[in-house]
Amino acid sequence: MRSEPVVQVQGLVKRYGTKTAVDGLDLVAEAGVTAVLGPNGAGKTTTVETCEGYRRPDSGTVRVLGLDPVRQARDLHPRIGVMLQSGGVYSGARADEMLRHVAKLHANPLDVDTLIERLGLGSCGRTTYRRLSGGQQQRLALAMAVVGRPELVFLDEPTAGLDPQARHATWDLIRDLRADGVSVILTTHYMEEAEQLADDVAIIDAGRVIAHGSPEQLCRGGAENTLRFVGRPGLDVGSLLKALPADCSAAELTPGSYRVVGKVDPQLLATVASWCAQHGVMPDRISVERHTLEDVFLELTGKELRS
Amino acid sequence: MTTVGTGVYTPKPGAAPLSRMIAAQAALETKMLLRNGEQLLLTVVIPTLLLVLFSSVDIVDTGAGQAVDFLTPGILALAVMSTAFTGQAIATGFERRYGVLKRLASSPLPRWGLMTAKTVSVLVTEVLQVILLTVIAFALGWSPHGNPLAVVLLLVLGTAAFSGLGLLMAGTLKAEATLAAANLVFLLLLVGGGVIVPLDKFPQGAQDVLGLLPISALSDGLRDVLQHGAGMPWGDLGILAVWAVAGLAAAGTFFRWE
Repeated sequence: MRSEPVVQVQGLVKRYGTKTAVDGLDLVAEAGVTAVLGPNGAGKTTTVETCEGYRRPDSGTVRVLGLDPVRQARDLHPRIGVMLQSGGVYSGARADEMLRHVAKLHANPLDVDTLIERLGLGSCGRTTYRRLSGGQQQRLALAMAVVGRPELVFLDEPTAGLDPQARHATWDLIRDLRADGVSVILTTHYMEEAEQLADDVAIIDAGRVIAHGSPEQLCRGGAENTLRFVGRPGLDVGSLLKALPADCSAAELTPGSYRVVGKVDPQLLATVASWCAQHGVMPDRISVERHTLEDVFLELTGKELRS
Repeated sequence: MTTVGTGVYTPKPGAAPLSRMIAAQAALETKMLLRNGEQLLLTVVIPTLLLVLFSSVDIVDTGAGQAVDFLTPGILALAVMSTAFTGQAIATGFERRYGVLKRLASSPLPRWGLMTAKTVSVLVTEVLQVILLTVIAFALGWSPHGNPLAVVLLLVLGTAAFSGLGLLMAGTLKAEATLAAANLVFLLLLVGGGVIVPLDKFPQGAQDVLGLLPISALSDGLRDVLQHGAGMPWGDLGILAVWAVAGLAAAGTFFRWE
């Protein structure tokens, strides 16, 4: 895989009238799959569309595959694939017709029939775009993004509104793209999607990146984790606390049910197990609760509803 | 996650040759137009019906000579307007609304290539219209005169003028507003542009203004050549050239892609 980042955004500012959509955003995406997460109105689409060359930054710099998306659009566009959040197809065009057309704009396109088969678009037949189901429209837009054999694909909410089968088909395709060395930048509301697919996750809120890392890093960092076990009631929690690192807390929540809160790592697990051994306690139903990306997301962006 | 790929998607990017992209785009645009019922009504059915109806039934006093000799140049002008202005405005307005223009803007096809393809598609449609209407006109006893080069020049400049105005409308108004306005303008110019009703039926003051419209210049110029065998109708060509330059410049400045 290449070492040079596929996307480099520095200090991006984008305003619409008096509203600042993107407010000094920095983002470096390496080869692989990068998920951009954020609440509605966080600036995800504006950021992605600036990378695609649709919007001119008010300030800051954007480089995609080392190119300026506005000034070097002619060089960049053949190398990227774009799936818009919606639309992009003639309302009177059939799915295969539109896909064949986009293929014709590229020098070495994928085999259209194979791609149609792969994404289950074969059943669309002679139906025109406006009469396709939402899921079929989404899959067609995805197919249009990859048919030109791009190096980098931008997918703006590729699975929004898809049924589980179609969602998994989309995920499988993204995994195959990644395995073949195609980089993917995708925006999503689905934490599971980011956890499943992404090498890297950037969480955006109010026009800035507020967290960036692998899903594991994000789940580990920041939020504290929880370890629970069941034992004899009335164990000496004070003595357990002494054995634990200083920033941990321990409590008997209900008789016999214990909870340790802190940075849960193998070392901590070993400490608790060895304390139990010393006290002749068989820790029953010992469990570690990891924070999901969703916990991290809500912790960082708050729980109140966004417009 | 799998790390070994099948190689199917291994990047191999590249744009197709420009000529191939433009040809493909023009073919698709033409196909979309010919598939659309409302567009066909506007570009084929209405001009044909008007030509046949007004040539065979004496509804409007078209002056001396055969009605078909007066009507055919006007209907040809109407055909150009229906495709280059009304049809193109409505189609492009909805392409803009549904993100087609946006999606194509990030494809390897440059924007000027897309506009070139649109023009090719308009010209192809006009050629089909002219063939159809000419055949029908001959069947109705049409006897044209004049310099074919002057006719071609009028049709091309008329196309440029109407395309500029159609794209200006499509690129600035909402799709629904474009749909309504383009149809309204079509209807008004059909009546007031010397297409089937001679301009001299209007009061003198109105005639002076109406005569400056692109549809009047086109129908009048075509009539001068085809009915009266005039040489180059420079006045009408001049009016069309001014509309073409102004319309295309305004469209180029104000057109919004999304």
